[in-house]
Amino acid sequence: MKLLLVGEYKNGNVDESFYELVAFAEKLGAEAVAFFVAPTDVKPEFNGKVYVADVEKAKEYNPKVHRDLVLKVAEAENPDYIVLSHSSYGWDLAPRIAFKWDAGQISEIVEVDNDGFVVPFCNAKLRRLLKANTGKAVLTLQSGAFAPAKAGSATVETVDVDAADEGLEFTGFEVVEKGGVDLTKAEVIVSAGRGVGKKENIEIVEKLAKVLGGELGASRPVVDAGWLPTERQVGTTGQTVAPKLYVACGISGAIQHLAGMKKSNFIVAINKDKDAPISEVADVFIVADLLDFVPVLTDKLSS
Amino acid sequence: MNVLVCVKQVPDMESKFAVSGDGLWYDQSDLTYKINEYDEYAVEEAVRLKEKLGDVTITVLSIGPDRVKEAIRKALALGADKGAHIKDDEAHLKDPFQVATIIANYAKDKNFDIIFTGMQSEDRGSAQVGALVAEMLDMNCVTTIVGFEYADGKVNVKRELEGGIRAKVTASLPVVLTCQLGLNTVRYPTLPNIMKAKRKELKEFGLSEFLNTDPKVITLKAFVPEKKKGGIVLEGASDEIADKLISILKEKAVI
Repeated sequence: MKLLLVGEYKNGNVDESFYELVAFAEKLGAEAVAFFVAPTDVKPEFNGKVYVADVEKAKEYNPKVHRDLVLKVAEAENPDYIVLSHSSYGWDLAPRIAFKWDAGQISEIVEVDNDGFVVPFCNAKLRRLLKANTGKAVLTLQSGAFAPAKAGSATVETVDVDAADEGLEFTGFEVVEKGGVDLTKAEVIVSAGRGVGKKENIEIVEKLAKVLGGELGASRPVVDAGWLPTERQVGTTGQTVAPKLYVACGISGAIQHLAGMKKSNFIVAINKDKDAPISEVADVFIVADLLDFVPVLTDKLSS
Repeated sequence: MNVLVCVKQVPDMESKFAVSGDGLWYDQSDLTYKINEYDEYAVEEAVRLKEKLGDVTITVLSIGPDRVKEAIRKALALGADKGAHIKDDEAHLKDPFQVATIIANYAKDKNFDIIFTGMQSEDRGSAQVGALVAEMLDMNCVTTIVGFEYADGKVNVKRELEGGIRAKVTASLPVVLTCQLGLNTVRYPTLPNIMKAKRKELKEFGLSEFLNTDPKVITLKAFVPEKKKGGIVLEGASDEIADKLISILKEKAVI
């Protein structure tokens, strides 16, 4: 079996997620080659052949350009699977490759099974075992599902960049302002989730944060609703934190949130829904409505 | 301008889920359904575009059993002009490639300038359909947008990346845009608009004229995952469990 691993090169480095793809290949006992759009002197710690398309020529991510480069490498290598991370890059690029390659795609794989690949569904409350009907397939892996495997040095072969795309034009990056809050330095974070119900209730969570001497955090829906600023968002698109104590109030635990806080030393989750995926990472899971429970806890802690 | 919005009807993710009798999906009975949250942002963005430009016709498309008409009516109440329902009682067994094929075959001769949809569904979450539709129709496509503006025949969008970074992209029409949470603030339908929505066109179509492909991915089984970590679960009166929690936190020296 042969895999083509499509890695990401970000902020001057091979992104760590690439080594999760390598681990996946090892788990399948498969031969692997890799592809990057990166500087041609890139050095991934990987024993194998790496195809590199010069980022100077390919420029910032353009889906059609990257798709055609991957297809070119796939034609040369004829892999069984093309594998990417289930990241903003991977979920954008994978379906486009799958379509042109005439293959099925399995998204967000968390486990390998003898018969196929396991993916979460219904906010990770259930799982499905899937199999490609097409023989070959494009796969994306959930971030963090496979422990990175990093070793060796690659042999690099450059790929000519001859594709162009007039339809899309990248015009620059925008970075969300961090403001005065740096959650990554907080020892205690108490975060509010959708379960707070309305903006006025944020105060309930904020009081608990104060009593614990911690910072107030938030999950995505709270920030999207405008109840707290973006700088307080914990998760893949916000900040990745690992405090001594993390208290999740009314947060169901979408994977994007879990990825941003699961390395916390001690996790307390307060949620009405016993099956909420946050229970997977919680050291203590309080089955309660945060609006009832948190004021009681705050009172006890302050006296 | 001609705009299509693709919406899926999904259960509330806070529901209790069980595996269906055939072992391939979740049990669809006794669930409360709603518009997929990502698709609600798609509807709202289309309606805002119509409000800005005036000359815009918004069609809302949904695939599924009869109950998905409720999702279409909701989108009509939010301001879409007409609905299309492709009736398929077994929509949940179609893979993303088939779903995209159905949409692309519906859309191919209708000259849509923009197709808005969610970046993924809350239940399946494959994040494939939007990009596949674009490939099938040879349209431009930007996924995961958190900002949208139309100017001079092009769209300027912000695509969400990791760690608080967004890529600004300009795309020419026709274009498929998949919407991320927080793209806008979705309005509440007013009572007069809910009444008006009942009189808007909602056409039903059979599946056979749009589906001409086999699945590329098959489901072998659906199952309930084993709990990974045996954390302590506290249940009962707030007063009691707060005391218990405090003593655990003190014991573990986290406070």
